[in-house]
Amino acid sequence: MEIFSNLALGFGVALSFQNLLYCFMGVLLGTLIGVLPGIGPVATIAMLLPVTFTLPPVSALIMLAGIYYGAQYGGSTTAILVNIPGEAASVVTALDGYQMARKGRAGPALGISAIGSFFAGCVATIVIALFAPPLAEVALKFGPTEYFSLMVLGLVAAVVLAHGSLIKAISMVLLGLLLGLVGTDVNSGVARYSFGIPELSDGIGFVTVAMGMFGIAEIIANLERREQRGVFVAKIENLLPSWADIKRCIPSILRGTALGSALGILPGGGALLASFAAYTFEKKMSRDGEFGKGEIRGVAAPESANNAGAQTSFIPLLTLGIPSNPVMALMIGAMMIQGIAPGPQVMTERPQLFWGMIASMWVGNLMLVVLNLPLIGMWVKLLTVPYRMLYPAILVFCAIGVYSVNNSPFDIYMMCVFGVFGIVCVKLACEPAPLILGFILGPMMEENLRRAMLLSRGDPSVFFTKPISAVLLGISLVLLVIVMAPTVKKKREEAFQEA
Amino acid sequence: MKIKAPVDFWAGLMFIGFGIGFAAVAQNYQMGTAVRMGPAYFPTMLGGLLAVLGLAIFIQSLVIAGPKVPAFVFRPLILIIVAIVLFGILLKPLGMVIAAAVLVFIGAFGGHEFRWKEVAILYVVLALFSVFVFVKGLGLPFPVWPGE
Repeated sequence: MEIFSNLALGFGVALSFQNLLYCFMGVLLGTLIGVLPGIGPVATIAMLLPVTFTLPPVSALIMLAGIYYGAQYGGSTTAILVNIPGEAASVVTALDGYQMARKGRAGPALGISAIGSFFAGCVATIVIALFAPPLAEVALKFGPTEYFSLMVLGLVAAVVLAHGSLIKAISMVLLGLLLGLVGTDVNSGVARYSFGIPELSDGIGFVTVAMGMFGIAEIIANLERREQRGVFVAKIENLLPSWADIKRCIPSILRGTALGSALGILPGGGALLASFAAYTFEKKMSRDGEFGKGEIRGVAAPESANNAGAQTSFIPLLTLGIPSNPVMALMIGAMMIQGIAPGPQVMTERPQLFWGMIASMWVGNLMLVVLNLPLIGMWVKLLTVPYRMLYPAILVFCAIGVYSVNNSPFDIYMMCVFGVFGIVCVKLACEPAPLILGFILGPMMEENLRRAMLLSRGDPSVFFTKPISAVLLGISLVLLVIVMAPTVKKKREEAFQEA
Repeated sequence: MKIKAPVDFWAGLMFIGFGIGFAAVAQNYQMGTAVRMGPAYFPTMLGGLLAVLGLAIFIQSLVIAGPKVPAFVFRPLILIIVAIVLFGILLKPLGMVIAAAVLVFIGAFGGHEFRWKEVAILYVVLALFSVFVFVKGLGLPFPVWPGE
């Protein structure tokens, strides 16, 4: 079995002292920042990205992945204890988790969330190891035509699964694609949309956009509201759920894991969709539980699902080089900064990086459990830190981080521009996530479109005559039509309303 | 003409503006042909499409009722942006210690409550952390003091 030798190679890389250290630091920092209210995983990763610039590529990606699931886990902790989901994927965890905490069962809620996440993480690691290689092999056969259509599908799926207005989300994708084109065109050498500003001819850094729209805009939006939080400072006893609790949750964890793993692979999927689907599914499956009133299965299922989904969403990233959500867009950006072209060739050309990262996911999940069960008291204390003490710190980290990318104040000013634009988008109910995806894919899409058209001698029908491309575009179209259909549209709105 | 959904009305206008803007600026570059696309080809396509979608949102806002645009709260918006911009201007000539002071104090002023003592302690901690972790630890090439 090749998979074992591959995994052995991966564990060899992941278990080196240096990488263990970076994985640990990532998980710790991720949880730490994830626990702090008002900072989601995207802002966390964007903020900490510059820290990884000086690391070797494998260590940098291992640390970033650690930050991601750390932040994810930290978000669930706040959801349970304060009823403030640290990020969108743990919104459903708050429904039953907070009720459990109010009934004095915060310990078991946190415990089952850790256990479920760990189990899901183990399964998802195996799923990646099994599915990524064949998918990468298929992707290696893709030409520019197929790639273009694949990116269209990825963007359409991301938009369909996002909440809010569909047409606005598509508009944000297009705007993102356009912003991605700013800078010197590789084919002609023309500096597009640079308006004579030399810094702009290098293009807009994606760290700048992400920090502006997710970091700065988030701070300003938070400051507009008055702070109101009911922190649950009652002593947390008995972190381990009882055996009866665990037995009750086993089917939920299994269902959540399966659903999460499957949904994570889909373009546009990932943790958010996984946790929503798992909660809804769990509610349908078990008719006896009192969901919304502190049902432990209502914590176990979405928590398992979001961790599984968070991990399997690395599959499209590692095999196709296509981000399925904003976090993965940041990972692609990080790879590019490290000089790695994301895509199917990563697995064959840099097996150490590929398998090392997969193995580190399992290691990271283990660390999460080991780290979080004893440290939960500290996280609870952190929760009581008021926002007015937090946001100046975020400001400092964002400013230093964005400055360090190119060592130029210009990026700081651009970050402000995107911060203001982010606030405008919040006011106009336009989601920033599709914009980031488009921004990352813009140059790649243009390049593939050019090559495809060159190969077909300018005949656009090639996108519909090549079978794989036609199927991909067909699926995109079907998705769009389905979502536009009035009944589905209503259901979709209801599904997101429920949260 | 009556605006029934102000949020969509402005969002539509914004997208139309961006779409036309990007497409218009692209006309300064070479269009090329479908076989050999010039630098103007893709942005013109995208810009056009964006303007069309913007128009659709715009028209929809005149027909279907929707929510109002929430009011802008200018105090945090202006103070936060001013704080960051000043940090960018001051970092190179005056160094991290002073630039961070400006950022933290003006930034903290954008919040609901401003407590001198608290902000001062926060600043000292952040400045020490930035100098030791970012400059000494990670070796980022920032000046720490003026004139370095």
